[in-house]
Amino acid sequence: MDVTITLNGSDVTHDVEPRTLLVHYIREAAGLTGTNIGCDTTSCGACTVLLDGTSVKSCTVLAAQADGSRVTTIEGLAETDGTLHPVQRAFHEHHGLQCGYCTPGMVMAIVSLIAERGEHELTEADIRLGLEGNLCRCTGYHNIVEAAMAAARAPELRS
Amino acid sequence: MSILGNRVLRREDPKLLTSGGIYVGDLELLQPLSVAFVRSTVAHARIVGIDPAEAKSAAGVVGVFSHDDLGLAPMPPSMAFLNQDMKRPLLASGVVRYVGEPVVVIVAESAAAAADAAELVVIDYEPLDVVVDPAEALKDEILLYPEIGTNNCFALQFGHDDTLFEGCDVVVRQRIVNQRVAPCPLEGRAAAALIEPDGRLMFYSSTQTAHGVRDTLATSLGLDPGLIHVITPDVGGGFGAKASVYAEDIVTAWCARELGRPVRWVETRSESMVGLGHGRGQVQDVEIGGTRDGRILAYRIDVLQDSGAYPAIGAILPFMTRMMTTGVYGIARAECNSNSVVTNTVPTVAYRGAGRPEATAALERAMDCYAAEIGMDPAELRRMNLIGADAFPYTTPTGTDYDSGNYQRAFDLALEMAGYDELRSTQRARRAAGGSRHLGIGLSSYVEITNGVPEGEYGAVEIRPDGKAIVRTGTSPHGQGHHTAWSMLVSDQLGIAIEDIEVVHGDTDLVPRGVGTFGSRSLQVGGAAVNQAATEVVDKAKSLAADLLEADVADILLDKAGGIFHVAGTPAISRGWGELAQTALDREGSPLMAEVDLDSPGATFPFGTHVAVVEVDSETGAVEIIRHVAVDDAGRILNPLLAEGQVHGGIAQGAAQALLEEFSYDASGNPLTANLADYSFISAAELPSFETAFTETPTPRNPLGAKGIGESGTIGSTPAVHNAVVDAVSHLGVRHIDMPTTPERVWQAIQAARPVAEEGA
Repeated sequence: MDVTITLNGSDVTHDVEPRTLLVHYIREAAGLTGTNIGCDTTSCGACTVLLDGTSVKSCTVLAAQADGSRVTTIEGLAETDGTLHPVQRAFHEHHGLQCGYCTPGMVMAIVSLIAERGEHELTEADIRLGLEGNLCRCTGYHNIVEAAMAAARAPELRS
Repeated sequence: MSILGNRVLRREDPKLLTSGGIYVGDLELLQPLSVAFVRSTVAHARIVGIDPAEAKSAAGVVGVFSHDDLGLAPMPPSMAFLNQDMKRPLLASGVVRYVGEPVVVIVAESAAAAADAAELVVIDYEPLDVVVDPAEALKDEILLYPEIGTNNCFALQFGHDDTLFEGCDVVVRQRIVNQRVAPCPLEGRAAAALIEPDGRLMFYSSTQTAHGVRDTLATSLGLDPGLIHVITPDVGGGFGAKASVYAEDIVTAWCARELGRPVRWVETRSESMVGLGHGRGQVQDVEIGGTRDGRILAYRIDVLQDSGAYPAIGAILPFMTRMMTTGVYGIARAECNSNSVVTNTVPTVAYRGAGRPEATAALERAMDCYAAEIGMDPAELRRMNLIGADAFPYTTPTGTDYDSGNYQRAFDLALEMAGYDELRSTQRARRAAGGSRHLGIGLSSYVEITNGVPEGEYGAVEIRPDGKAIVRTGTSPHGQGHHTAWSMLVSDQLGIAIEDIEVVHGDTDLVPRGVGTFGSRSLQVGGAAVNQAATEVVDKAKSLAADLLEADVADILLDKAGGIFHVAGTPAISRGWGELAQTALDREGSPLMAEVDLDSPGATFPFGTHVAVVEVDSETGAVEIIRHVAVDDAGRILNPLLAEGQVHGGIAQGAAQALLEEFSYDASGNPLTANLADYSFISAAELPSFETAFTETPTPRNPLGAKGIGESGTIGSTPAVHNAVVDAVSHLGVRHIDMPTTPERVWQAIQAARPVAEEGA
């Protein structure tokens, strides 16, 4: 079946099996391998992307369900001139990544968490709870949380 | 001013943060076939028949192979100390010995086709008796290798001295289970293989040791190592478990050769949980004795190591445990004996700390039990028994030769940062006030060994005519930040900006020799090799500059601020790195380069003290870790940012073992935690932010003064958190709870202690 997605701002259409998961569509059909797969039980969050602006685990969404939607992956986060998104920048400045495997999903989850806060000031506890579904084995989360706190304070992300 | 010791941000990050890393599963290969394994669903059985017919005829299937098709000899354990008769066939042959053992390999046009076909293979099993508990395995009643007649694959038996505890007023005994855990790197195992036009085998591997993979492939496939080219693309974590080469790696390479087409194997998480080696898995019987006023005189630990079905690195971990038997304490008499047995479970391998966390966990639990027995504050007991700073080098009763240390300094700083005395008074006040939320304070003072299996390392520095440098290293980073760290070392010596230094690793063609990254060895050996190569390339450049400037080499200075060489006193006339590199090419036809094969500078012994603070709800057994203070001493710190990152990750893994994680089996050998929904992988929500600091006691054993930092966090944190949980409920009569201290276990321990406590009251 044909599935059309606005992927990082560009419309793409691929003919895929109905059982194709969104993550496989992104990685294999569209060839964007920044989004990783870390489990098979929707537990680890490595495959987190934005679906119409909200984070989802792309292993738990069928590509067909995303037909006609906007999907943003790690490759679509920085400005076209290469300027990093505040969350990407904060990860670099606070050493929020080591092996990098959980990083794309972790970054997308935090982008969504910050966008969803509304008027609420994100606390460390909010961030830790909000990231419960994104697993990292390298960092102990310490610097990921630091990075998320810093990004939440970035002027560009203040509403 | 030197760049060393600064918080230099990582050079690895920009790619990982924008396009993501390129892991094995991301490589753009020319239409690779997908490899999938059919794994044993039973723990111990004879294979009566394998029917691959339906799978072979399924859509997209290119090949279905079992053991007899491979024609490859079973592999003996990689370490000579292990029972060499306990050989492992690359695909199960005649018998399966654990759930997850690969039996059949499928090669198909897509991953989906391979997975579908794997469901169609029919394997007929005749069940055999299963042994999961290592204590049962030790009895040799159910044998995994009947022809050998024992399950024991490695024993360290130095004898029991009946007089060990003579003169002790108090002797405390405790059985401690250091449970089996799953390493869980976020990227599982993965490999890709293809045959180059010249016939060489190209092999991509998610590994901690590119050269180790090359050499193992060569041995098992019967190839000259020169005919194999191994590349490690980005590697999504390893934690020791990827320091081993696995049967699936070799079979994947075999499939590429057999079919003459590129193939790729990327395991699923559910496969990884029963395929990647597990960690820990010790049962420890400890005895600790001393005086009633707190002087520890003797300590004994008997270790039973669960090796899983095929002896691998896990089986020899008691060797490391034995080395670290007496830890940071000046205990005059000590014994450590061990048996390692095979069981019908996933083989155990190295996992962050590998034998040393087990030693520390036992000793630190024993110290708390002893303190409880004599009614002394656990901090005071530790302080009294620490080896003094003036005692180094220090040889332990089990013959380990500690390099340097100042245990008191780290201990005092940790207690000060934690506000230990205040915490104790808060605890007293809360206990007096009653209520169900109990404060627990846990201590752990550790010393561990890094570069414990002393091997050398390769390092090279080459200067290009454009003035930039290329560093080649035999280490195999997978998150540690060697590109940043090695650039810093070289920049500091050469005066070339780190942006102009390229670091090459994990390619057996570009780096001729290498050992890899495990055992916290990289900086002290691999970094030291690179550092020495940088020194030597400066010397070579000085000779060239002396020649060009018509001066004596002794008068040539390297101005590191500008990366230029000049004669002392005449900085206006100089030669840059690029010119010298070009001169070397012109004159000698070879690049300006220094290559170093550094002999192992010997093991070093990082140490520290961790303090954990937890709250335990006695009505539910729930544990919350609310603070974790870590003071670690890894000698001289090259980049505090990277070192802290290592400590943070280590603390989380240690806390995870203490609180949550256990890979468990039922009595029939069925894994109960074989995916991330069932396995309690620790998350951000279950941890606090950490309070960390370093003390720096340099080692005399390498020129950098550096010790390893990769595993200290885990070694220090596990017993600190564990002790904190027991401490929280100690006033209720609880003396010990095995890890993981899950709510159920904590609650049960409180219930079990209650009558005792009430009777005593």
